[in-house]
Amino acid sequence: MPPTALLEQATRHLALRARWRPLEYAFWLAALASVFLFPGRHLILTEIAWLALFALSLDLILGYAGIISLGHAAFFGLGSYAAALLAKHEIINEPVAALFVSGLAAAVLGFATSFLVLRGSDLTRLMVTLGIALIMREIANQIPELTGGADGLQGVVIAPILGTFQLDIFGHVGYVYCLSVLFVLFLLARRVVCSPFGLSLRAVKGNPLRSASIGISVNARLVAIYTFAAFYAGVAGALLAQTTAFASLDVFSLERSADLLLVLIIGGTGYLYGGLVGAVAFKFIQDALATFDPQYWQYWIGLLLVLLVLFGRIYGGVIAAAVFGVSYWLRLSFFECALILLAVGAGYRHIRGWLDRLDARVLEFIRGARSARAALLQRRP
Amino acid sequence: MPAALETVDLQKHFGGIAAVAGVSFKVERGARHALIGPNGAGKTTVINLLTGVLRPSAGRILLAGEDITLVEPHKRVRRGLARTFQINQLFLDLTPLESVGLAIAERMGAGAQWWRPVGTHASVVEEIVEILARFHLTDVMHERTGNLPYGKQRLLEIALAIACRPRVLLLDEPAAGVPEDERHEILATVAALPADVTVLLIEHDMDIVFSFADRISVLVNGALFVDGAPEQVASDPRVKAVYLGESLDA
Repeated sequence: MPPTALLEQATRHLALRARWRPLEYAFWLAALASVFLFPGRHLILTEIAWLALFALSLDLILGYAGIISLGHAAFFGLGSYAAALLAKHEIINEPVAALFVSGLAAAVLGFATSFLVLRGSDLTRLMVTLGIALIMREIANQIPELTGGADGLQGVVIAPILGTFQLDIFGHVGYVYCLSVLFVLFLLARRVVCSPFGLSLRAVKGNPLRSASIGISVNARLVAIYTFAAFYAGVAGALLAQTTAFASLDVFSLERSADLLLVLIIGGTGYLYGGLVGAVAFKFIQDALATFDPQYWQYWIGLLLVLLVLFGRIYGGVIAAAVFGVSYWLRLSFFECALILLAVGAGYRHIRGWLDRLDARVLEFIRGARSARAALLQRRP
Repeated sequence: MPAALETVDLQKHFGGIAAVAGVSFKVERGARHALIGPNGAGKTTVINLLTGVLRPSAGRILLAGEDITLVEPHKRVRRGLARTFQINQLFLDLTPLESVGLAIAERMGAGAQWWRPVGTHASVVEEIVEILARFHLTDVMHERTGNLPYGKQRLLEIALAIACRPRVLLLDEPAAGVPEDERHEILATVAALPADVTVLLIEHDMDIVFSFADRISVLVNGALFVDGAPEQVASDPRVKAVYLGESLDA
């Protein structure tokens, strides 16, 4: 048997990933504090909470299992309609129970469609997931007697949560409700990714060939996490339906799935907080830009996306902040800003070519000097 | 008693090319069996057929007498057939502790546990450390695998297969790419493998083959060419001809 000290060391190292870090406590304390500090902003905070849960769901499959999706709204939308229908037809009145059932409905769809994303490249997966979301949207559109079609599902009345807390128009109860659900499901996700199952997902993402070669059933793991993530997305959609007492076709929209990827690009993947941080950043950026440039705010979002993926989260963020700052300071319209950026980009290319040539000349000079020196040294007796 | 591993008229065609053209051979229990052959002879294809990465065009594969021809790769591992790779196939973002732990948890059927945190099974941790110690990896056990020197990665490559506790182990050029001064560490660990583990070694290096194997099969153009004891193979003029690139008819 190996020495005890070594065993203790190994146990400690294995437990490292699961340890709660100070920043995590700070994050959740801040989330709790937001309930009391910003009572006037509970409506947008509610949106952030369900968006964070939705992004957490995508992170589970993208960050942990390496499955990319452009149709995660399929599960979100199904959860949304399920919750709205359960409430409207008074099938399940209590919202928490309805939330769970809506999540299960999405999980069933996730399980059924998981087999389609097992094989193939990222491109295949993007197209398959996108296709499923489109199909779901069209199904909802084609049965207006059930879903309300293009008008959306109206006349939804949400009963008090746990039979006690009635949702109010200021979103106070709604925010606490969404935040609590987010927290509980986050704890569950954290538990899962720190388990042997979660570790095996990382292995599958890193090297599926070797995973199978040490006995991991790769497909079974992918099906499991995809189904699990679909449950989360369904719950997120149900939260939207319950807090707005409404469901419409845009819950299935491509924009929703695409925005979700943007959230994860801002926040990062594979550490669970990416979706949460990303959702906060995304909503506030969106909010700030809509105030700054109500007409063309999507231009700025697009610009941010391009900068983030080109230059990374830190440099891209800094550059984006600088561009926004300068534009704001000079009161530039988006069109002027675009022109200046194009000019800077073209200039950068030009200067870079010039710099590269300079670089090559300097190198050539150094090489020449070296060989001259070597020749001189050789000639010496 | 059935052979540890046996193939019956194994074939694999890629389009019109027969990469493996009817190979039948037996690896006896506890054997140190080497599979050699010139480049393109089909050695890697045979390995991929044995482990289930490829499905054979025809023929059967028997593991301890049981037909595993259509068994999925991960289930072959559970039945006791593990392999290493010629080019490292490791989990670069995980530590050696986690990687070996995965293989052990999987073998014990605990790999899909989703509630208990990693590292709470004392018996698993004990076995991880025991295996890492055997492969001289304890001092780097908590480092990211991708940051380890190549020689250590090569040892981990074998350690992962051993963690599956195989009855039959397929070693695909275990010392490939390892610098001369680190080779002995790899070869010593290979030589120290438990005697009850049957080993099939695929190797280019004839020194390694003749110091290790008690039986040698030579594969040429996808067919079994010679199969026998090392002395027998070494003295076979046809083998020399193949390795020196001479035509057989000459």
